[in-house]
Amino acid sequence: MTHFAAVVLFAFFASIVFGITQRETPRRMIHYGIYCFVLFVASAIVLSWVMYLIAR
Amino acid sequence: MATEENKNAAPPNGSKSASQQGFVYLPLIVGWLVPGGGHFLLRKWGRGALLGGSILAMFALGIAMQGKLYAGAHDILDILGLAGDLGNGLLYFVSRIAGWGADQVLVTTADYGTRFIVVAGLLNVIAAVDAHNLRTGRKS
Repeated sequence: MTHFAAVVLFAFFASIVFGITQRETPRRMIHYGIYCFVLFVASAIVLSWVMYLIAR
Repeated sequence: MATEENKNAAPPNGSKSASQQGFVYLPLIVGWLVPGGGHFLLRKWGRGALLGGSILAMFALGIAMQGKLYAGAHDILDILGLAGDLGNGLLYFVSRIAGWGADQVLVTTADYGTRFIVVAGLLNVIAAVDAHNLRTGRKS
């Protein structure tokens, strides 16, 4: 399993739990879950590039 | 006057429904022991299935990646890891008895797996608290 695949799986399952537990209506749960998923994956990509540039 | 409509109407606000009776911490305890169990107890089938499935999948992926199950507390990081693992409830104890998981992290994916197992436990605690909030009426 690649690091990116692990990040995507982690983000997917964690976002489901966050969405259900942190919001009350199904519509808001879905929106919040998608929001968390995008933030997880995007922040992982951005931080990866930052660490790559620092290490150069 | 007790008409047919009045008999079928919902109980007044002051009385408790069947789901509001009994031990108030039961969904919290069941939710901790069995991922999604607290929501199943409250008849929130969809939420329970999604929560249970997600936590179970994360735990299973962690075990499949040869993640480490914390058994003892030798330093502060081990204590935190053990606390996270214990959040998995019965999954943790069954896995320990069955001898699943690695004793030491030897490959990179095992490090990911260890984090997956710890985070699955922490998410399970959040789900159990959510079931408790549903039970007490703090959340609808």
